[in-house]
Amino acid sequence: MAIGDAIANLFGKSPIKPIQQHFKLTTECADRLIPFFDCAIVGDWVRAAELREEISILEERADGLKKQMRLQIHKSLFLSMPRNDLLELIRVQDKVTNQVKDIVGIMLGRKINIPDPLVEPMREYLTTTVSVINQTSQAIDELDELAESGFGSRAAKLIENLVAKIDDLEHQTDVQQVALRSQLFALEADLAPIDAMFLYKTIENIGVLADRAETVGGLIHILVSR
Amino acid sequence: MSVLETYHITLLVLACGLGLFMAFGIGANDVANAMGTSVGANVLTIKQAILVAMIFEFAGAYLAGGEVTATIRKGIVDTSTITGTPELLVFGMLSALAAAGTWLLIASLAGWPVSTTHSIVGAIVGFAIAGIGMDAVQWGKVGQIVMSWVVSPALAGTISYLVFRSVQKRVLNAEDPFRSAKRYVPVYMFAVGAIMGMVTLLKGLKHVFRDAAIDLNFGENMVLAAIFGLFVMVIGMFLLRRVKVDPTADKAFRYASVERVFAVLMVFTACAMAFAHGSNDVANAVGPLAAIIGVLNTGSIAAKSVMPSWILLLGGVGIVLGLAVLGYRVMGTIGKKITELTPSRGFAAELGAATTVVIASGTGLPISTTHTLVGAVLGVGLARGMSSLNLAVVGKIVTSWIITLPAGALLAILFYTIFKAIFTG
Repeated sequence: MAIGDAIANLFGKSPIKPIQQHFKLTTECADRLIPFFDCAIVGDWVRAAELREEISILEERADGLKKQMRLQIHKSLFLSMPRNDLLELIRVQDKVTNQVKDIVGIMLGRKINIPDPLVEPMREYLTTTVSVINQTSQAIDELDELAESGFGSRAAKLIENLVAKIDDLEHQTDVQQVALRSQLFALEADLAPIDAMFLYKTIENIGVLADRAETVGGLIHILVSR
Repeated sequence: MSVLETYHITLLVLACGLGLFMAFGIGANDVANAMGTSVGANVLTIKQAILVAMIFEFAGAYLAGGEVTATIRKGIVDTSTITGTPELLVFGMLSALAAAGTWLLIASLAGWPVSTTHSIVGAIVGFAIAGIGMDAVQWGKVGQIVMSWVVSPALAGTISYLVFRSVQKRVLNAEDPFRSAKRYVPVYMFAVGAIMGMVTLLKGLKHVFRDAAIDLNFGENMVLAAIFGLFVMVIGMFLLRRVKVDPTADKAFRYASVERVFAVLMVFTACAMAFAHGSNDVANAVGPLAAIIGVLNTGSIAAKSVMPSWILLLGGVGIVLGLAVLGYRVMGTIGKKITELTPSRGFAAELGAATTVVIASGTGLPISTTHTLVGAVLGVGLARGMSSLNLAVVGKIVTSWIITLPAGALLAILFYTIFKAIFTG
């Protein structure tokens, strides 16, 4: 009925939930990276293609969530967090998902052959990158606890610590990337030139993935400190 | 005079019927104000909510509704101009009831958030201006009432903001939120009991005390209120003992157990809100009715007539009937929509709203409980307690303010003309 409706309609949907759901999908994409890599090493391109398909579907769903959230977060909504920060957050999250898709896309398309000496270091590099994403996911999970505590300093500190860990892990990937590149440099004369270039490209892409996850962490830090 | 004698029974029946009809509508519509937040936060089931509402709305209406009823009955219209033709007041109040009831029906069907209080006040002012003259309206009082419509949401918002800030600092942000909750919630319970008790004793129970020839001074009132507060606190602490930490729930959401503690507190504020609402809104139905009865019984507009308590009884019964019969459906719809409200927020909002409403009832000012609650929720939102609030609704409410007063007035004029024609034409 009319009068009580005023109270009911006063409450808008929480913008944090779609952000969390979106990044859950991102994490699911990232979780398929290592299995994909293992398939690439043994040359199981059929299974690799399946994994890429799964990632593609997840990325589409994530896009849908992103669009939905943008519609939900309309101007007349009075939010507990700045609207632009939330929109920026989902934009950057989206970039992480896209980057995962791009990485597997190139590797699959070229049926990339990874030289034996590089397999282990590259796997470690990829694992560290995925853990950056998982760490970011933890920080995003904390957002609703932050809102529940009314943006208290305790919850904020917790998130700040998580973000610090994200930065640490990302730094590790930087170190690993440098080592990997110099290893490739030593081998590149024995490789077909275009193959070598795409190996560099893949290493670079994985680095970008870690960077983008770190950017998400940075935005969360900004959200928390406002 | 002869008009009143001729149609005495008809007018009496009509008045009681319309009054009961309004009370019924108030109970059905506004039950969500008091209990909606509790049902939405899953603290009470709909059945429990209706039961609680029935008890406390009636108590509020009967025990504390006297002051506001007096305002609606005599405070708005200056009856000195129509002492010769008292039947005009009867027609006027009848048309006010009819107009407000009709407007509420239209608005409910159309889905507009209008206020029972604004409807009846607009209708009364309307018939007074058109039927009698501009001088018939006590503009000073009307001005006070209109100002209270602006002040009450603001006050409720301020109180709820402060309450929630204290909850944030003392409980939610503490090292062990659950322990802090168990420690501080009894204090909040005491506050709820004491505030409600204080304002009710000071102002609301005036007519009950007068009948029983009791007269307490301010100090005695404070002590009584404090005792009542302690009583509430003890009951609350007993209920709290049963709330234990739920480690599985806490793993999923750190504050799950804390919110359980606040859920107990929220039941208390829901009761307080139902009491407050009953005390303020019963007047919308029985105020005009009391005026009519007064004239019919004495044959003239008495300068000072005693408020018959059976009128408040009638109003209370009407509200309870409305709650029981239609409130169920309203609560079902509303409760489902309010899922964003946690007990800690609901408590802060309701304490702010209930305090404001009871103060208003004590000062005899008829305010809108809906709009007060909206103000309270906005207060919590300002304290960053709510994830998101849809301010478009606030815009709708302001629009409905602007429309309701003239609409009520016009409808009242319409009915007044009709009644006058039927009974004197």
